[in-house]
Amino acid sequence: MQNASGPFDVCIIGAGVSGANIARRLSAYDLNLALVDSEPDVSFGVSKANSGIVHGGFHHNKKHLKARLELQGAMMFDRLRQELDFPFKRCGIVVAAMHEDEMRAIDQLYMQGVDNGVIGIEMCSRERILELEPKLHPDTLGGLWVPGGGIVEPYRFVFSLVENAVQNGVQLLTGFAVSRAARQGELWQVEAADGRTLQARYVVNAAGLFADKVSAMFGAEDYTIKARKGEYYLLDRMTKAKPDRVVFPVPTSVSKGMLVIPTVEGTVLIGPTAELVDDKRNLATTKDQLDKILSSARTMIPAVSEYDVITSFAGLRPTLDEDFYIDMSAKVPDFVQVAGIQSPGLTASPAIGEYVKDLLKKAGLKLLEKASYDPFVVKRPHVKDLSPYEVDELAARDPAYANMVCRCEKVSEAEIVAAVKAGHTTLDGIKYFTRAQMGRCQGGFCTYKIIKIIMRETGLSWEAITKNSNASQILKDVL
Amino acid sequence: MKDLFFDAVVIGGGAAGMAAALELDAAGLSCAVIEREEQLGGILTQCIHNGFGLIEFNEELSGPEFAERVEEKLQGTNIRSFTSTTVMELDAGSENKVLFCYSALWGVLRLSCNAIVLAMGCRERNRGNIRIPGDRPAGVYTAGLAQRLVNIEGYVPGKDIVIIGSGDIGLIMARRMSWVGCKVHAVVEILPYPSGLTRNIVQCLNDFDIPLYLSHLTTNIIGRDRVEGVEITPLENGALMSDKAFTIPCDTILLSVGLVPENELSRMAGVELNPMTNGPLVDSMLMTNVPGIFACGNVLHVHDLVDYVVEESRRAGKYAAQWLKGRRPVREVRVKAGANVRYLAPVRVDVQADNKLYMRTLIVKNDAVLEVRVNNRVVKSIRKNHIQPSEMIQLQLSPKDLESVLSAPDPVVEVSIN
Repeated sequence: MQNASGPFDVCIIGAGVSGANIARRLSAYDLNLALVDSEPDVSFGVSKANSGIVHGGFHHNKKHLKARLELQGAMMFDRLRQELDFPFKRCGIVVAAMHEDEMRAIDQLYMQGVDNGVIGIEMCSRERILELEPKLHPDTLGGLWVPGGGIVEPYRFVFSLVENAVQNGVQLLTGFAVSRAARQGELWQVEAADGRTLQARYVVNAAGLFADKVSAMFGAEDYTIKARKGEYYLLDRMTKAKPDRVVFPVPTSVSKGMLVIPTVEGTVLIGPTAELVDDKRNLATTKDQLDKILSSARTMIPAVSEYDVITSFAGLRPTLDEDFYIDMSAKVPDFVQVAGIQSPGLTASPAIGEYVKDLLKKAGLKLLEKASYDPFVVKRPHVKDLSPYEVDELAARDPAYANMVCRCEKVSEAEIVAAVKAGHTTLDGIKYFTRAQMGRCQGGFCTYKIIKIIMRETGLSWEAITKNSNASQILKDVL
Repeated sequence: MKDLFFDAVVIGGGAAGMAAALELDAAGLSCAVIEREEQLGGILTQCIHNGFGLIEFNEELSGPEFAERVEEKLQGTNIRSFTSTTVMELDAGSENKVLFCYSALWGVLRLSCNAIVLAMGCRERNRGNIRIPGDRPAGVYTAGLAQRLVNIEGYVPGKDIVIIGSGDIGLIMARRMSWVGCKVHAVVEILPYPSGLTRNIVQCLNDFDIPLYLSHLTTNIIGRDRVEGVEITPLENGALMSDKAFTIPCDTILLSVGLVPENELSRMAGVELNPMTNGPLVDSMLMTNVPGIFACGNVLHVHDLVDYVVEESRRAGKYAAQWLKGRRPVREVRVKAGANVRYLAPVRVDVQADNKLYMRTLIVKNDAVLEVRVNNRVVKSIRKNHIQPSEMIQLQLSPKDLESVLSAPDPVVEVSIN
């Protein structure tokens, strides 16, 4: 367990995509920073299970803060990808209209997009939209084309942000479940459930689903975050239903609808549903909702088949109001609220980092650029992306690059070892970091190999091997 | 990069791959076997129960013993085996086929050859494939992964177990987990009959008083961090009886819900697959649509016994050797799966050769009749005491059986069961 040093200039609570962006942005300055998360690894909350879309900037009116941050954030991804080496691609977004009423809604979206300044947005005839996305139902009437929209692996994005933040001096404390806070003079005293404490001048509340609880602990604003569950199906990369673009239906008043997403790593994601749940740890999928996903996806792309399903999962959106709530607390000093970051939170997150930096500056935080700041992470090779000749060269240096562990996603032993060395020691942590266990066999062949590598590299005993939390033990006994 | 040439390369070093390689070697051809695990033997190495070899060796062996018997025959041959080596790329575009194989020992190997035998076996279907909704806790494993953990790694994945699906691996694991001191609370099967062999139902469930719920669907998995229970709902006349659903508390769920031939490499090579088996469509010489690429064992269709895998793979090796020496089928016709037949492998027969086919039925029946028709005229009829989907059926078709094909204008050979 890492103990906190300090006192910190800023403590960021929540190592999801918002907290990670804020921490990384602030790490460019001469500051003592802490990033804490209640889970054993970063990106294990809202940021792990979502659509992974860099949105097009046409869904929301720019009178909303979230629309402005979405537009600004979306533009920042190309540079971030250069610096942080995470999977991201601008494959473009189509919105498919299946009947006349929907074409009228498309008209509205187009106007909003033009008004928001979306680059390259187009209204499409049937012929144009089928040319852009031939997998669409032949009865598609027309739609919208937004070439700047893209796809990203959300957890890999967070991992890279945090890795870079840590490289630049941020102290990361995982398993740090904030349980109490108190003012001590000019400082916040923050206490975790396991007894660890830290002190910080400013606190940023980016606690996702639990931002309301954290706000209450600090005596700040009283609000309620509700969890809206989204269920997904993941389809095999061999599916015939893989589109070239992200395919949206025409949105409704409450949701952007269920999408068909060609993920940046080659599988296909369909979903999400949208359903309010009381329990913020309820990530169960349900038959009714999953059935809805299949039928909805098929109306747009008829080739979607249940036989291609390799897994289902659910994520929770932290919903507050229509807009994001990002502001200095009006009730307590030196406390920043970053709450209600649902869609398009991932897209907006780099801009949220900027916005919070500016809020803190206005509140009196001294921002001195530091000469040692390095925005680049060390690029790690992925065997999957290399030619046999390149792998042969790598293997000459480290033979583990030619020892394949995960056959479905083509992950080598060296990549698993790198993940463990980067601090990902749960099976899920390794899955999100490397993609091993994420393919069609869902870990049937490689789980035991990964368990052995974790044990070898960390010295952990079999009892300490878990899926994603202390209670999710994988093995129960030895023979 | 090491560059090597062989007449034939066999992908997969399980029972199928070894059997095929032995035939290629016996025909005087140079041959390599590529195996991704550390040792040859494939899945047999973790199947420490007995019941293997009754047909092939006329005695009852355990999986590792069976594998050893076959592996021993490799000694003294010229077969090169590469273990801990994974075929990552396969280019069958030209007559000279090229495979790129990765291994920690060799780095990248570039193998060229004139023929390839696909013998990669199959993988287990998983939770996602059968779309069980619910929580996603630790403690949900495929039966084969649990078997590996217990029999080779020496770990017990759980104590209170429910097995979903009555496939053979699930049944074997019900007994195995009971033996290591676990409580197996139930085996749950969606179909009205078990999908494993009858002998396994008797020896692995009945002998241990493990209840088998037929016509029951798994409708929910419960447990936030680790499995806490599984919800089971009975099916009556195909309809889900939601009001009769019940929950069995457990900490582990093992899935034995079917096997899928592993044909990712085959697809990469342009091999056409049969949607009924998920294995390649092969001709009378067990050759795929790509000239020079053959298939056998569980990558072709999922077998019930390894003895049949070996028998079929020997033929594939022999045919591959004959093909390399210039033999081609004389006259082939397509064989159609007729009434109550799920699939046949191969899907073509040579009217001037002795053909052996494996098939599976869609029905459970006593006193069934298997019929072969040419243009609707019965040419062969065989009585079967008992048939069921889990047990493979063999069929021999000789040139004499197929005589009438020669005179028929548009011959259609159809196999049906009634």
